[in-house]
Amino acid sequence: MTNDEIIRGHSSLRFVIFLPSLTVGARRFFICHSGVSGMSSIAFEIHDMTVAYQRRPVLWDIDLTIPEGNLVGIVGPNGAGKTTLIKAALGLVPLASGKVEIYGKSYSEQRHLVGYVPQRESVDWDFPVTVRDVVLMGTYGRLGWFRRPGKAEREIAEQCLEQVGMSAFANRQIRQLSGGQQQRVFLARALAQDAQLYFLDEPFAGVDAATESAIIELLHTLRSSGKTVLVVHHDLQTVREYFDHVILLNMRLVACGPVDTTFSNENLQQTYGGRLTILDEAAEAMRQRDGQ
Amino acid sequence: MTGLSLTEKVMIGTALLGGMSGVIGSFAVLRGRALVGDMLAHAALPGVCLAFLIMGSKNMLGLSLGALASGLLAIALVTMIVRWTRTKEDAAIGIVLSTFFGAGVVLLSVIQKPGVGGSKAGLNSYLFGEPGNMLTGDLLLLAGVALIVLLTVGLLFKEFKIVCFDTDFAQSQGWPTLRLDLVMMASLAVVTIVGLPIVGVILMTAMIILPPATARFWTNRLHVMLLLAGLFGIAAALLGTRFGRGLPTGAAIVLTAASFFLLSLLFAPQRGIVARLVAEYRLRKRIAREHLLRSLYELSESQLPQLAKLELKTIRDYRYWRALKNLLQDAAEAGEIVRSGETAQLTPLGLRRAAKLTKAHRLWEMYMMQHVGIASDHVDRDADDVEHLLPEGLLIELEQQLATEGRLPDVVEEVPHSPHKIGAE
Repeated sequence: MTNDEIIRGHSSLRFVIFLPSLTVGARRFFICHSGVSGMSSIAFEIHDMTVAYQRRPVLWDIDLTIPEGNLVGIVGPNGAGKTTLIKAALGLVPLASGKVEIYGKSYSEQRHLVGYVPQRESVDWDFPVTVRDVVLMGTYGRLGWFRRPGKAEREIAEQCLEQVGMSAFANRQIRQLSGGQQQRVFLARALAQDAQLYFLDEPFAGVDAATESAIIELLHTLRSSGKTVLVVHHDLQTVREYFDHVILLNMRLVACGPVDTTFSNENLQQTYGGRLTILDEAAEAMRQRDGQ
Repeated sequence: MTGLSLTEKVMIGTALLGGMSGVIGSFAVLRGRALVGDMLAHAALPGVCLAFLIMGSKNMLGLSLGALASGLLAIALVTMIVRWTRTKEDAAIGIVLSTFFGAGVVLLSVIQKPGVGGSKAGLNSYLFGEPGNMLTGDLLLLAGVALIVLLTVGLLFKEFKIVCFDTDFAQSQGWPTLRLDLVMMASLAVVTIVGLPIVGVILMTAMIILPPATARFWTNRLHVMLLLAGLFGIAAALLGTRFGRGLPTGAAIVLTAASFFLLSLLFAPQRGIVARLVAEYRLRKRIAREHLLRSLYELSESQLPQLAKLELKTIRDYRYWRALKNLLQDAAEAGEIVRSGETAQLTPLGLRRAAKLTKAHRLWEMYMMQHVGIASDHVDRDADDVEHLLPEGLLIELEQQLATEGRLPDVVEEVPHSPHKIGAE
């Protein structure tokens, strides 16, 4: 047994122990991390993955490993396959080759450990549901076939709404919200999934500054309770500030690792193929000067 | 059951159809699949004719199976066309729908030739619908289908809801979205096909789309929408059969359903056109009134606490007004100003309100200049746009924030100085 396998065994054991308490747990909802300090396990791993849409490859031969408890930015130009990476991880698009592992097992075995925030434009906001209805959908996976959300689920939804500061809007139809508020609702729904590993697809697109900082604060809370969060992100300026790991992607994996070492100009230029603007470079230079 | 008169049978049958097409149609409409019902209805015709030619009689179950088979074939064809060619879905539906319907009409004319024995078979009812042909057996079939569809929707409500709202999310949770979609579409297909001989091809589409679209005007909750859509469907069926005597029943039902839709479109609270126009009118009026009060405050500001008598000309030149006379009239009636001849003067009540509005406006300006980084010469207009739409709570929050930053005067009742030069724009 390799060291790695021991760690994985350990982590899956831990979930077995604390998962049942989560569905009931009111207060403990997000302070459920009980990881042994100094030991970190692999939350998310991709091996030799290629994804193709109608025979046109979108992602080539991706290999990456994300240790537990990190806040990870997925960065790359438009069409780089960032959303596809997330969708492939969630089993929403078929893999042409390779495999994805969540805490050492396949997605279909571990989906209860995964939370998902899709792009905001991906749904019809005129749909006849209230904010609370949407957040409750996060609990559907646990409920299983035919069972309706009950008092326990509504309590969870209430807490998640409180976490994103949207309690006052629980009975609103979702169209009557601003973009930032809609994003918070999506986030609350993912929180209601009570996951260990979260995938967020452009949570900052079209949201106000207050929401952006609220989201970041929340992500930091998640990280400090041992969750792993992967975020598709567009704004290169804030990568250093927000994330501790970064995945640089442009159809193939350019680099993946801690922001300090990985988010370098050289890697960025490789990612954006010289498309990095002068302004970006200037800003980057200034930041480096300020940092030193 | 056999003791029922034909009218009673027709009413019960159409009510069953109206109810279940409203319920299942709601999911189709929300899923953006409303036209699938349309396609099924049209594409069913050749299947009905072929089934008749094969069986040589018009057994409703047999004809329905024929309809179902050609309907499903049509759906499969559309799916293949969309997947393997660059044809868009709406175009593909149009192509398949009209081709199948054309084939159906040709087959129908063959059947109705003397000697084939179909002229009295009543296959025409599949075109225009003839509820008058309803037999007790048909009624039982309708009741059975209604029961199954309602049970399915009752059991799978949560599952249908999440698939309709956010398919990817549902799939990430492990729901078999494709199969759930299939169950939804299959229910729609079955309802469409049992409804065909009653209301006919074209009107069946209306039965699937109209009641849900009508229901959507009255509620923001999915389960209420399903219930209302069912009720609207039933009501349209009953009223249409009751008051449409001597008219083609199917058409009378659909026209009743359409009148429900029209009434809802106009008069529904919140989503109805009238309600929206009224809300817009009220908002505009409120904004104009607030502008008036703030302008009067700013014009009187230098002489406070004395309340200045302001010339109408001064007010008119201060900013652009639409219908200043009416505004002044309204404000006077509300006791906010007193008018005498060509002057206007704030009353103590008007001053209190005006001061409050002005304070809110200036707080906003400060906030936007500081936190949003809007230039001082733009901030006035933007504050104008925003402040009328904000809830009171946010304003208090803003005030507290500016207070903790030491930017608010100590006396909270006091109006802070404008952060920019005030004058005619």
